[in-house]
Amino acid sequence: MMLVEAHQLSKSFGGLRAVDRVDFSVASGSITGIIGPNGAGKTTFFNLISRALPASSGRILFDGRDVTALAAHQVARLGVARTFQATTLFADATAVDNVLVGYRQRTKSGVLDALLRTGRLTREEGEARAASRDALAFVGLDAFAGRRAQDLTQEQQKRLAIALALVAKPRLLLLDEPSAGINAEQTRGLISLIEEIAAAGVTVLLIEHQMQVVMQLCQRIMVLDYGRKIAQGTPDEIRTDPAVLDAYLGRH
Amino acid sequence: MHLLPWAALLAAVIVPLLLPNEYYLQILTQGYVFAISACGLNVILGLAGQLSLAHSGFFGIGAYALALLATKAGISFWIGLPAGVALCAVSGYAIGSICLRSKGHYFAIFTMAVGIIIHLVIQKWESLTRGHIGVIGIPGPGPIGPISFDSTLARSYLALFFLVITVLAISRLVRSPVGRTLMAVRESEPLAAAVGVDVMAAKRLAFTISASLAGLAGGLFAGFIGFLGPESANVEMTFNTLLYVMVGGIGSLAGPVAGTFIVYGLSQVLAVLQHYQMIIFGLALVLLILFMPAGLAGAARSLMRQRVSEVKPS
Ligand SMILES: Nc1ncnc2c1ncn2[C@@H]1O[C@H](COP(=O)(O)OP(=O)(O)OP(=O)(O)O)[C@@H](O)[C@H]1O
Ligand SMILES: [Mg+2]
Repeated sequence: MMLVEAHQLSKSFGGLRAVDRVDFSVASGSITGIIGPNGAGKTTFFNLISRALPASSGRILFDGRDVTALAAHQVARLGVARTFQATTLFADATAVDNVLVGYRQRTKSGVLDALLRTGRLTREEGEARAASRDALAFVGLDAFAGRRAQDLTQEQQKRLAIALALVAKPRLLLLDEPSAGINAEQTRGLISLIEEIAAAGVTVLLIEHQMQVVMQLCQRIMVLDYGRKIAQGTPDEIRTDPAVLDAYLGRH
Repeated sequence: MHLLPWAALLAAVIVPLLLPNEYYLQILTQGYVFAISACGLNVILGLAGQLSLAHSGFFGIGAYALALLATKAGISFWIGLPAGVALCAVSGYAIGSICLRSKGHYFAIFTMAVGIIIHLVIQKWESLTRGHIGVIGIPGPGPIGPISFDSTLARSYLALFFLVITVLAISRLVRSPVGRTLMAVRESEPLAAAVGVDVMAAKRLAFTISASLAGLAGGLFAGFIGFLGPESANVEMTFNTLLYVMVGGIGSLAGPVAGTFIVYGLSQVLAVLQHYQMIIFGLALVLLILFMPAGLAGAARSLMRQRVSEVKPS
């Protein structure tokens, strides 16, 4: 079953076609990779799927439902979670407060609950804190719950961003270059974390520059170049695809 | 740490009794009222990170609502006050829905224009507001049961009561999921949206609360002074309030209150200097932004952090 489908999806910035009529689908439960040279349109493709940017044309289906016209927070609530290429966190807040914001979509308490400290608020806060503790423990940050996000190491920040994305139990997780800026050993840790996420039933779509990470993790790969999909297939197929070799090696 | 609010409250209860005359008592009362307004500005600016310059427009709406309801329709202070707050909430929601489509500097400029328009409407709609002449004979708060609010002392305690409620309400809000959502919007809108936060709704909520608190302060101001002119809704008032918040510390709970008392108190002391006052404040503001961008509360916070890390190096 397909969890995400893009039909003729396009995004233009002025005259530049950053994503150009891409047809692609992601199978439920899989780990899928998107690769391509710098500026190929990978992040823009993520921004279209997560509705951070409106598409210029084409359609996006999530779980069979047309989400092309929804706002970013609406698709998030349907179960689409993401991280950002330049690790983005609520920098001045503690790790646990970051993750708590991620759980907010599951709770209903409003201003009156806050002012009157209603039973609903207390119950939901309990739920939210338990879920946040679990998410922090899952990414291995339970000991850093009280630390400000900006005071964490680069690797910890990446893990926190994943905890923040996972806390509300999404169905799809979009990871934009998770291994950028961390060393080889930390990358190995991250790979096993992503495997655990997939094992827990979350479909993962991953942009990655490091080939061995993509080849090791992904069942399927899409290759973008100048906004166009130039290839898709298994890691073995992609490794030997002439168009891919040309895009990567042909112009150095 | 937790003793500090109680100590401040105790001082606030005792100080009025020690003041030598009515004049100081009136200044103190106005200080409380402006502090409520500053707390309101802090909700949109400090919690949600949006610089609204329409603030004293809402102060004016709250003030004129009470004044006109009382003088034209004979409606009491106790009905006029919540009516003014409600009007500010509704108009804040509507105006916020429009202004919040713009971001950053554009939002600041847009809201400043709104503030100027509100001020102009109040000033020019002479048949309703009597323009420059202003509204006089606004009744103050009537007695509640055996408690009368005719004395300046009683009114100062009433203003203090509203200020305490305001600070308490905001502190509950800050520590709730609603407060965390506003924090998220302030820190990163794209991330907030990506985790399911309706950014527009969150900002609109903060704007509405902020406008309502400005209206509350405006209503109290009108009822306590008994007369009202259009300058109460002046953009200059917004900048004064902004100064209170910035001196105290944007985003902190007690900062806006402390900032109000320091700046407003000083401005009363320096009143003899008249026009030079603005030069002094202008200079102080520049120095503040350069050396203490997070205000007094921010300076105190980083001082404490420093001490903690000196005690147990990590
Ligand atoms: N908001 C924007 N406005 C204008 N142009 C943009 C915008 N976002 C991306 N672009 C352009 O679209 C093209 C694709 O950018 P995108 O960030 O999607 O590439 P990418 O494949 O993620 O690259 P990288 O590997 O460097 O992250 C680039 O030419 C980029 O300059
Ligand atoms: Mg990118």
